[in-house]
Amino acid sequence: MSGSLQLVLSLIVGAAIGVLSYGYRTPRQAALGGALGVLGTGAISAALGFCMYAADAESTEGVLGIALGAAFAWMFGAGTRAVLNRPGEGSGVGGGGFGESQIRTGAYRLGWWWPWLLLSPTLIILVFFLYWPAFQTFRLSTKLTRLGAPRVGERCLANFSELLIPQPVLVATLPLVAVGLIWGIGLWQRRSNPDSVGYSVARILRPLGPLVLLLALYFIFEDVNGGYRRIYLNTVIISVGTVALSMAFGLGLAYLTFRRIRGVTVYRTLLIWPYAVSPPIAGILFFMIFNATGGVVAALSSRWGIDFPDYTQNASLARMTIVLASVWKLLGYNLLFFLAGLQTVPRDQIEAAALDGANAWQRFRTVVLPALGPISFFLLITNLTYSFFDVYGTIDFLTKGAPAGATSVAIYEIIRVGVDNGDLGRGAAQSVVLFLAVIALTAWQFNQSEGRINYGGA
Amino acid sequence: MAVRSRTREAVNNAGGLSLNVEGTGWFRGHSWPVHVALWLAMMVILFPMAYAALVATQTNAEVFRFQLTPGTGLADHFDQVWNDRNLGRYMWNSTVQAVLVTAAKTVLSLLAGLAFVYFKFRGKWIVFFFVLITLMMPTEVMILALFRFVSFLGWKDSMAALVVPFAASATGAFLFRQHFANLPRDLAEASQIDGASPFQFLFRILIPLSWNAIGALAVIQFVFVWNMYLWPVLIISDQQEQVIQVGLQGLQGIDTGLTFGPLMLAALLASIPPTLVFIALQKPFMSGFALGADK
Repeated sequence: MSGSLQLVLSLIVGAAIGVLSYGYRTPRQAALGGALGVLGTGAISAALGFCMYAADAESTEGVLGIALGAAFAWMFGAGTRAVLNRPGEGSGVGGGGFGESQIRTGAYRLGWWWPWLLLSPTLIILVFFLYWPAFQTFRLSTKLTRLGAPRVGERCLANFSELLIPQPVLVATLPLVAVGLIWGIGLWQRRSNPDSVGYSVARILRPLGPLVLLLALYFIFEDVNGGYRRIYLNTVIISVGTVALSMAFGLGLAYLTFRRIRGVTVYRTLLIWPYAVSPPIAGILFFMIFNATGGVVAALSSRWGIDFPDYTQNASLARMTIVLASVWKLLGYNLLFFLAGLQTVPRDQIEAAALDGANAWQRFRTVVLPALGPISFFLLITNLTYSFFDVYGTIDFLTKGAPAGATSVAIYEIIRVGVDNGDLGRGAAQSVVLFLAVIALTAWQFNQSEGRINYGGA
Repeated sequence: MAVRSRTREAVNNAGGLSLNVEGTGWFRGHSWPVHVALWLAMMVILFPMAYAALVATQTNAEVFRFQLTPGTGLADHFDQVWNDRNLGRYMWNSTVQAVLVTAAKTVLSLLAGLAFVYFKFRGKWIVFFFVLITLMMPTEVMILALFRFVSFLGWKDSMAALVVPFAASATGAFLFRQHFANLPRDLAEASQIDGASPFQFLFRILIPLSWNAIGALAVIQFVFVWNMYLWPVLIISDQQEQVIQVGLQGLQGIDTGLTFGPLMLAALLASIPPTLVFIALQKPFMSGFALGADK
């Protein structure tokens, strides 16, 4: 297939996906969606230097190029819709709507340059230290370049295709099947009557969609000789474990401390305290507990005649230690936000349920949990961000990726490849993969939580 | 120019803005099982720090003997981490970095919030979108390119590399935008009739009404900067300019010659400043998060 034809095809796919993701109720909306899709596809193609449409590009690169273009078209369409079309009902903890109704009409009528003067420091820093490096990450991902060396070679998408299995058809279809499944189940649930059996079945099947997507991604990453698949597996295990445990325990503790008992402020302060401790120090503290020579667990178990294995030698134990340290560090943060979230639970409904004879568990399940929905989504994303990035410090002090790379998560691998091995291009390609994951998760959050902004983190 | 009565009235109307987390519960029944459960939870959660505090006083021999009473090495360890290992220098660097970033972020976010809420201008939506989208762009995913760019600027081993890239944030801009949007409308009108400039309005009216939000942002930012690890690992190689989290690395060393006591002592010392900030600003921090609820 010739290059320019492929570019046109890619743009058409992008336009179609833009329309689908942005909406097509009116012709104007559809046109805008199409434009956004073309813009998204065009932006990623330009960032990668249009290399996948060159005459000598391999067919794998062509397929990958179309897939990346489609992903960006979807991002632009769905992202714009999430930001612009949401009603601004600015309530709720840790977030607020940002629809048009939220913005009051400007009160000050001074020179046109006033707002730009106020915004310029923020904008300048964002352009130079976020937008420019983001663009450069895409540029670098197509290069063969070493840290500190001036020579640059072109690799186009080879840095990406090495991460994936060598069957482009499977790479394209597996995630599509998973996304189709998620979409289909959602559609089924929306279309069916809330009282019907079909609705309940769809509701039960719903978590299946993301699971299938996780599985599909597992199979498209390269497996042989130290491929990316094990990094993906490490990342999924460590982040899912961390998020699930820290949220469950955080909610439990918040439930316990959300009552008028003596000394509750002291309890809260002490329980939130680990929030102030850094990820590296969390690593050091758990190093002290689990270390094979001086650790308290080893000392205790040898006293009782048990030979406790060294966590740096055992893959699952090493991962568990990382998860434990991260959960410990995140608990306080989650407790804090769940406490704030519990404030929004309608008190009269609790009392009504209690009068109807609902026991504590029933009251919790039917009244408290639904009211905590928005805050849970917010925490899900901040905890995921933590377990993607901040966990670096914990890993560096606990295992340094050992044993045999079993605790090397995506960000750890990026630094190992990009800085320790000095292979900037490959590191940047892995960064782009992680970038796409973050964008997909954030877009998902926007969709699920009706456009609440998160205020945590950086 | 004095803030006249109209403005003051509007300020008074804005009282009681914050909602406190120190709310009341709705649970009845005995409280002793709750106390027992909370004590257990506290013991589990505080155990790592308590054990580290114990080890910080012990020599290696005492650690290996698994002694449960305070040891004899504390003074020695302190001398070692503070004087030999230069922990004070690292902590000073981190303090400067955290204070500078927190201050810059607060000021820039206040200005951006002011522009977003109290001005009407062409392209506001595009600018807003432009800032909003950066929430999806964590520094870590572009850290290789940022490293190259900051090295190109010649900022390696300098405080500028630790401060400038983090001086602006979407988080802060939105926090203040949201906070300002929840303030009574007549504040700005009254202040304009009084003839106050936007800066006077910001400093005399908005900031005094925003201490909770500022406090919450300050805690988040201070803790965020103090705990920063990956970026200084990459960009700072001069030990004199290094920050605390990376400085701890030197104490862990390679397996040979590892002494547990100094490492634990250093880890505990490094946790003091963020803990102090957290405790000092606890009230605004807790209530700042609940802003906008029930409104």
